[in-house]
Amino acid sequence: MKHNQKWIAALTFVVIASLMLGACQPQVVTQEVIKEVPVTQIVEVTKQVETIVEVTAVPVNFGELVWLSTQLRPVQEAEKVRGVILADFPGTVEFIPEDEGPFHDRIAAEVQAGKGTVDVLGALHGNFSTMAPAGQLQDLSALRESLADRGIPDAFWNVAQLNTDKTYYVPWMQATYIVAANKKALEYLPAGADMNALTYEQYAQWAKNVFDATGEAKFGFPAGEQGLLHRFFQGFLVPAYSGGVVTTFAGDDAAAGWQWLVGMWPYVHPQSTTYNFMQEPLLSEEVWVAWDHTARLKDAFETKPDDFVALPVPAGPKGRAFMPVIAGLAIPVTSNNQAGAEALIAYMTLPETQVTTLREVGFFPVVDVDYPGFVSPGVKLEGEAVTKQAGSPDALPALLPQGLGGKGGDFNKVFRDTFTRIVLNGEVIQTVLAEQKVVLQAIMNETGAPCWAPDPDSGGKACQVK
Amino acid sequence: MTSRRWRQLTPYLLLLPSVIFLLIFFAYPMVEAFALAFRAEEGGWTLKHFQTMVKDVAFAPAFRTTLLLILIIIPVQFVLALVMALLVQAKLKFSGLFLYIYAIPLGISELAAGIVWFALFTDRGYINTALTGLGILDKPFIFLSYQNTGWLLFAVVLAEAWRATSIIMVILVAGLQSIPSEFLEAADVFGATLWDKVWRVILPLLRPSLQVALILRTILALQVFAVALAVAGRGITLLAAEAYRWYGSYRNPNVAAAFAALIMLLSIASTALYLWGLRTPEEQVR
Repeated sequence: MKHNQKWIAALTFVVIASLMLGACQPQVVTQEVIKEVPVTQIVEVTKQVETIVEVTAVPVNFGELVWLSTQLRPVQEAEKVRGVILADFPGTVEFIPEDEGPFHDRIAAEVQAGKGTVDVLGALHGNFSTMAPAGQLQDLSALRESLADRGIPDAFWNVAQLNTDKTYYVPWMQATYIVAANKKALEYLPAGADMNALTYEQYAQWAKNVFDATGEAKFGFPAGEQGLLHRFFQGFLVPAYSGGVVTTFAGDDAAAGWQWLVGMWPYVHPQSTTYNFMQEPLLSEEVWVAWDHTARLKDAFETKPDDFVALPVPAGPKGRAFMPVIAGLAIPVTSNNQAGAEALIAYMTLPETQVTTLREVGFFPVVDVDYPGFVSPGVKLEGEAVTKQAGSPDALPALLPQGLGGKGGDFNKVFRDTFTRIVLNGEVIQTVLAEQKVVLQAIMNETGAPCWAPDPDSGGKACQVK
Repeated sequence: MTSRRWRQLTPYLLLLPSVIFLLIFFAYPMVEAFALAFRAEEGGWTLKHFQTMVKDVAFAPAFRTTLLLILIIIPVQFVLALVMALLVQAKLKFSGLFLYIYAIPLGISELAAGIVWFALFTDRGYINTALTGLGILDKPFIFLSYQNTGWLLFAVVLAEAWRATSIIMVILVAGLQSIPSEFLEAADVFGATLWDKVWRVILPLLRPSLQVALILRTILALQVFAVALAVAGRGITLLAAEAYRWYGSYRNPNVAAAFAALIMLLSIASTALYLWGLRTPEEQVR
């Protein structure tokens, strides 16, 4: 036994000694590693921050302002607006996020009373389109002139005119749908095609080329349960081919668009009916090229920024139709601080503020911006494509459906059903369109929803399918 | 009141809370939902929502697929469940362990089960990866294609069988345990084979349990929804999925209620059919 104890003591000593030695050695190693790596990167980032501070220093104070907004309502986003985005504005802004109902009620009440507390409004195009005819919004044409150097696309300004010769809001932020492509697919682009200015014909040819070369259908659409495929029809395919959404729904031009999809479909991944967010099949490489909402492609670009390119959507005979979710800034007629309100709008559309907005709350700029180093590569990729798409010479914004109230779901169903019958079930296009047209018209009549861009103005009456 | 009166009333008083609970949270919403299917927007009653339902593009395929699913899934599940129940009852080594393993899917939510099976069957999923890895396939086989409703249905049946067979097994095990062992011993004495015992002793005595299990299973199969949605997306459609779409996506609660009412009528009809078809003959009632 005693013999044993001696051995144990000796062993313990050896173990402790080796542990101590071991503890010493790695310390030396880690120190070396720390010295080597990220210092240079940190320097780069601080440089970028400096440029922003330089531009926004303005030596005036615009006093107190109340900004009512239906956008950026979640608490975290509202806090970002107050603490970060507005930090450099020379004035005190009270940012009040508000639900759509109370938002409209409050402005209507203030305008009726002829006395207001709100100075600036932030909302979606659809909100403003009902407020301008009610005489609640100022004409901002003069402000528009002074913001000419911002580079806000004409397409957006036109939409902000709400079918008049006045300008009722200043475009502020956008979200939209783009195309994401795996770089492996680029070598199959049709000859002579510019990947940033594709046509639908080229897009289909591209899908066919990939199919012929790989034997697989590698193009995808979000046709699953939660997928946003109906937006592709409402804001992209139908307007690009027919120049309208509702008025031209059943015409020959729209039929040509559906015919295109029928021709394209053999090269679309057959599992598309299970896809909700295209980022997943893109990352698993089930699919190489896909159309979807920027928020639903983001993971692909963020996870593998080197594998993917972000592209503008294809163009049809009537233009590069795309569905922007446009948020704008307006001034109610009862504003108390005109100079402050205009200065705030000018501040929010500065490229630097727009980049900060993108970084903090994820809405894309409406102006042309240089993306500094601190914006993640994925967001940068998406942002550049969004800007290219909105700024392309043939851009044709097709807005979110408006004025449908509770019938928005039925409206989407018309397009979904049309797709199911024509593309999946192979029914005759003209017959299906003629039948669905009746359903669509019933929805428009029931809600009395006037036409929205790019359909021509219906003068406040229910939009009519031709 | 006398203590005897009290004793007579006690069971009803004890039942009262659950009855009130069921009336408020089950019966009332059910009646309301049923009425919703017949209520016109401008007031009064209408059959318009049922017309919309029947005329809908998705109605016929949804109806067909739901019936097909029931026709396939119930026999498959009952054979499987009976085998499983007999295995558990056979008192083999580790038969207790079988029971626990079989019960695992019961603890997994319908949607989670659907997602698991989707991960198996999808283009770049486990099955395709394994098959291409072994060199059996050159490129992934697309099981979950809308062009391929056979495979879609197969995947849904498989997922649903995996998930819900053990419910039936549990009921059948309980039924088997109530069969007196003398009956089976007597059968052994007369030299009955295993097949004879199953066919002539076990199944007839299992009839009440089978009836319960069939009713439960058919009603649940009419409501199959999350599994199909997760596995097949919009590739195939079912009545319950259409009800969900009309309520959630198309925001038309009336037509959704019409679908729900149809599902309820089918449930009641199938229950009545089972009660009548599998009724226990008089002489067996003890």
